[in-house]
Amino acid sequence: MIKKLICISCPRGCHLEVNDVTLEVSGNMCPKGKIYGQSEVTNPVRTVTSTVALIGKDGIRLAVKTAHPIPKGKIFEVMEEINKVVVKAPIKMGEVIIKNVANTGIDIISSEDIYQ
Amino acid sequence: MKNIDLLIIGGGSAGMASAVSAYDNGIDNILILEKGDRLGGILNQCIHNGFGLTEFKEELTGPEFLSRFVHQIESRRIQYKLNSFVLSISKDKIVTYTNEIDGVVEIKAKAIIYAVGCYERNAGAILLPGDRPSGIFTAGTAQLYLNHYGLLVGKRVFILGSGDIGLIMARRMTLEGAKVLGVAEILPYSNGLNRNIVQCLNDYNIPLYLSTTVSKVIGKSSLERIEVSQVDDKLSIIPGTAKSIDVDVLLLSVGLIPNNTLIENAGVRVSKTRGAEVNQLMETSIPGIFSCGNVLHVHDLVDNVVNEARIAGKGASDFIKNKLVASKETIKCVFGHGVNYVLPQIIDVKNIDEFVYIKFRVSKPQNNAYIVFTLSGKEIKRVFKPYLLPSEMVIIKLDKGLFSEPSGELIVSLEEKKI
Repeated sequence: MIKKLICISCPRGCHLEVNDVTLEVSGNMCPKGKIYGQSEVTNPVRTVTSTVALIGKDGIRLAVKTAHPIPKGKIFEVMEEINKVVVKAPIKMGEVIIKNVANTGIDIISSEDIYQ
Repeated sequence: MKNIDLLIIGGGSAGMASAVSAYDNGIDNILILEKGDRLGGILNQCIHNGFGLTEFKEELTGPEFLSRFVHQIESRRIQYKLNSFVLSISKDKIVTYTNEIDGVVEIKAKAIIYAVGCYERNAGAILLPGDRPSGIFTAGTAQLYLNHYGLLVGKRVFILGSGDIGLIMARRMTLEGAKVLGVAEILPYSNGLNRNIVQCLNDYNIPLYLSTTVSKVIGKSSLERIEVSQVDDKLSIIPGTAKSIDVDVLLLSVGLIPNNTLIENAGVRVSKTRGAEVNQLMETSIPGIFSCGNVLHVHDLVDNVVNEARIAGKGASDFIKNKLVASKETIKCVFGHGVNYVLPQIIDVKNIDEFVYIKFRVSKPQNNAYIVFTLSGKEIKRVFKPYLLPSEMVIIKLDKGLFSEPSGELIVSLEEKKI
């Protein structure tokens, strides 16, 4: 079956047509569109961004993200784990906050530097 | 009074990128004034990813993107002051600012770059009908509360307006456990990027109601419910279509307005974008005052903001070094059929570097159209576009060689391709 998708790899938003058997992709203006189209009909993935609690910073939160995209079906499980975490400054950008979150094989990392 | 070569007002993405560009063009006596407690501006609360694809060739979150510019500022030892609020700017480029340490200070600059961003339209600005209970927030305010302080403003949410911040907040509040009941857009098409409709609404089965608006707000002290109604092609509410929805929060994502007041008071001419009128160097009608970023016109992508800011930084450094040629004659840019505004409004031909970037938005969605550039009655360029949307700014590069005369009128318009 041909599935019609809008590519989310960049703001251009190409209109893709993907054959979910042969995995042929058309309508993409760059190679990222092909990767997205194929992944979307086999194993759709998303990057999750959120925040975690930070001790001693007047209630200000630390911005975090999945180091790589995770399977779409695991998003809420990942959010649950993120919301259990409390961390302490200093924290460096890219520092691992949760290892192998929700058994995805992917880490949650800090997306900012927080000084003491 | 203190003197400085270049004063930059606003330490967000535009202010930082313009400072780096001016420094790299030989100006080192620079000061950035930032009203917030850190550099980076609105990107600090934009924790989602999608920034930097053209600038850094990778997908970054807002904090990651801004930190790369903070490093560029720090490594050049460019001076900045935080928690510093500008009170006034005069046409002679005397700026009055205040902060806790310095008190009230006057500083005279050879050139100014005004890069303070924009603000959100609120309930009053759109004449939202009905009661005035608590529980009505702009999407950006709810974003600040949630992403900076971890405070979720409500559990049952409706969003009016399909701007990108509203779509991003629909996903963000859903992830934090709120139920987002829908997004209403008064126009027959969305104002947000297609990718955000897909990854923020469709992924979470949040409905988008087009040609629909909030026709009534109901609630004594706190918001209790809203009524949404369909609108006709004149955007008037169709009687009898009202549906009631129980909500505790209504988010507004109904447009951004350049925060242009300070340089308007200095006397710069204002354009249709509600930002300043500028030439291709981003210089306003007051020589030596430049403007860039969302205070000039609202952008979709920060990558485009930093490119525009670099042009302003280069222009300001050339102004300070007296490298700009004085010219009385200019080309006036106007928007024609199908185009909503055009920037720059003025082309100062003698001072064109190599190219002029013409930026504009179309007035409605349009497939298969030519963008046609006509200079004093003669077509100088046409570009084909398969898709054009009002939510996506168009940027076209025009070569210096196309401008053979120093004066005239450049019209930018759309022409449908006949099939």
